[in-house]
Amino acid sequence: MKATRDGFGEGLLELGRARRDVVVLSGDLGDSTRAIWFQKEFPNRFFEIGIAEQDMLGTAAGFALSGKIPFACSFGVFATGRAWEQIRTSVCNMNLNVKIGGTHCGISVGADGTTNEAMEDITLMRSQVHMTVIVPCDAIEARKATIAAASTPGPVYLRLGRYPAPGVTQEKDPFVVGKANLIRDGKDVSLFACGLMVHEAIQAADLLGSQGIRARVVNMHTVKPVDREAIVAACRETGAIVTAEEHTIVGGFGSAVAEVVVEECPVPLARIGILDRIGESGEPEELFKAFHLTAQDIAQAARSVIQKKRK
Amino acid sequence: MTRELEEKITALKKKAKEVRKDDLTMLAKAGSGHPGGSLSLVEILVTLFYGEILKHDPKNPEWADRDRLVLSKGHGCPALYVLLAHRGYFPRSLLWTLRQLGSPLQGHPHRGLAGIETSSGSLGQGLSIANGMALAARLDQKSHRIYCVTGDGEIQEGQIWEAAMTAGHYKLDHLCAIVDANGIQQNGPVAQIKNLEPLPEKWRSFGWHTIEVNGHKFSELLSAFQEALSVKEKPTVVIARTVKGKGVSFMEGRSEWHGKAPNAEQLEQALKEIEAGDIG
Repeated sequence: MKATRDGFGEGLLELGRARRDVVVLSGDLGDSTRAIWFQKEFPNRFFEIGIAEQDMLGTAAGFALSGKIPFACSFGVFATGRAWEQIRTSVCNMNLNVKIGGTHCGISVGADGTTNEAMEDITLMRSQVHMTVIVPCDAIEARKATIAAASTPGPVYLRLGRYPAPGVTQEKDPFVVGKANLIRDGKDVSLFACGLMVHEAIQAADLLGSQGIRARVVNMHTVKPVDREAIVAACRETGAIVTAEEHTIVGGFGSAVAEVVVEECPVPLARIGILDRIGESGEPEELFKAFHLTAQDIAQAARSVIQKKRK
Repeated sequence: MTRELEEKITALKKKAKEVRKDDLTMLAKAGSGHPGGSLSLVEILVTLFYGEILKHDPKNPEWADRDRLVLSKGHGCPALYVLLAHRGYFPRSLLWTLRQLGSPLQGHPHRGLAGIETSSGSLGQGLSIANGMALAARLDQKSHRIYCVTGDGEIQEGQIWEAAMTAGHYKLDHLCAIVDANGIQQNGPVAQIKNLEPLPEKWRSFGWHTIEVNGHKFSELLSAFQEALSVKEKPTVVIARTVKGKGVSFMEGRSEWHGKAPNAEQLEQALKEIEAGDIG
């Protein structure tokens, strides 16, 4: 099993070989973000900016204004939080071709504890004008997303993790920015998930299946622009929705789905995610249980929205 | 001083007067904006645009080999707008639409207007962008230069010092920062709000070649930019000691004129003083 950060590192290497306009900026931490892999092969296109995320994002803007495709790499919490206003003013206001790779996102960071666990990055990046937000579910998808980011116009945020992610997707699966991938069809309830939660959602569908409930599972790798068609179809065809994210439910992925549901086709909906609380240290598996992010939690939420549907 | 230089400075002084007058006229028409920090900038920008310093082509604003000018202190944009109009980037008549709905001349610069390299106005961000431009130019083996104008209050922002460290680390000798050190920020003297001195020593310790000049003296500005051209292995900063509101007696050194437009009467007096004045 490989982490999505590994897929990101591989994607950067492929991009480096294929395109001369790709440069990588690193706010230290290059070994952790895998940016160091690019540095080893393309030292002249790698720029160490040190522990200075605001400067890194501004420098990336300068590269983009000079026709380059810069990937700025740090932990998600620092890249999106500390440099939020630089991303707003120096990047998004000018719709620049800056790509941000944020690793160590979510509770699955584990032992490093709350200050290093990005819980709000989807919310923060989703509110940025012109920003595309992608949350890959495994290393294969992360590699594809990284390569796709380079040819997606404007700013892109890639939300990545350090915890080895169970393989969910195959090499042959399509990856189109903004287009959700149906993993399993069903007609009783739809489970929308991103990142590591896609695997949990598949396991939840298995649990539900053993109870005679047929759950649709959708991998929403792109949180912005959200795939409205997939959401509306799920509302019409299954009549109940559960979202699952390894992130705060305040303004995050579940909120993005709920906005469409409420506007287009209101049906019972439940959000699985981090409930407006900070993180803590622990083993990722323990933390998933403690923060109610497991397949069991998703299955329980699914049964509850199905109940509401019948009333 | 050679006769040639004397003539050049006479022409620059004349241009500076025109720029100051248009600057205040557009602000008065807009009814809001920043006179103080745009008037302190005039000689700096006139030197860059009319002193044969900036390599640029108003007919081809996106020319790949042009020198870049990043106005990090975005609130100084009225002066830059006037210079861009006078150099032919857009018609002078556009100046009178400043701050109006639909005008490309926003209250702070926004990329999209010919000659504006970057959006700015959130202070402290321009030098990082200039670094990125300079690193990209080096990667592409281009010879153009990058200029970045900051304020002095602005450099209370920590990002400026992150960027100063980066430029020093990468020895960006094709980068020249200019600090418009007018000594006044919105709520009072910089020295009282949060002191920055000794400014030259701070930049020097970050690995910069430092030149301190009277920022209203064309001879000093011209020679500083010439000197910067010959500096190798270090970025250069020109610390331009200026006067906020320069050229208008009731605005000079007064923080209340940081962000307030003159009324019709004040404009009339200001234009008279500028015409009668002798700056440069």
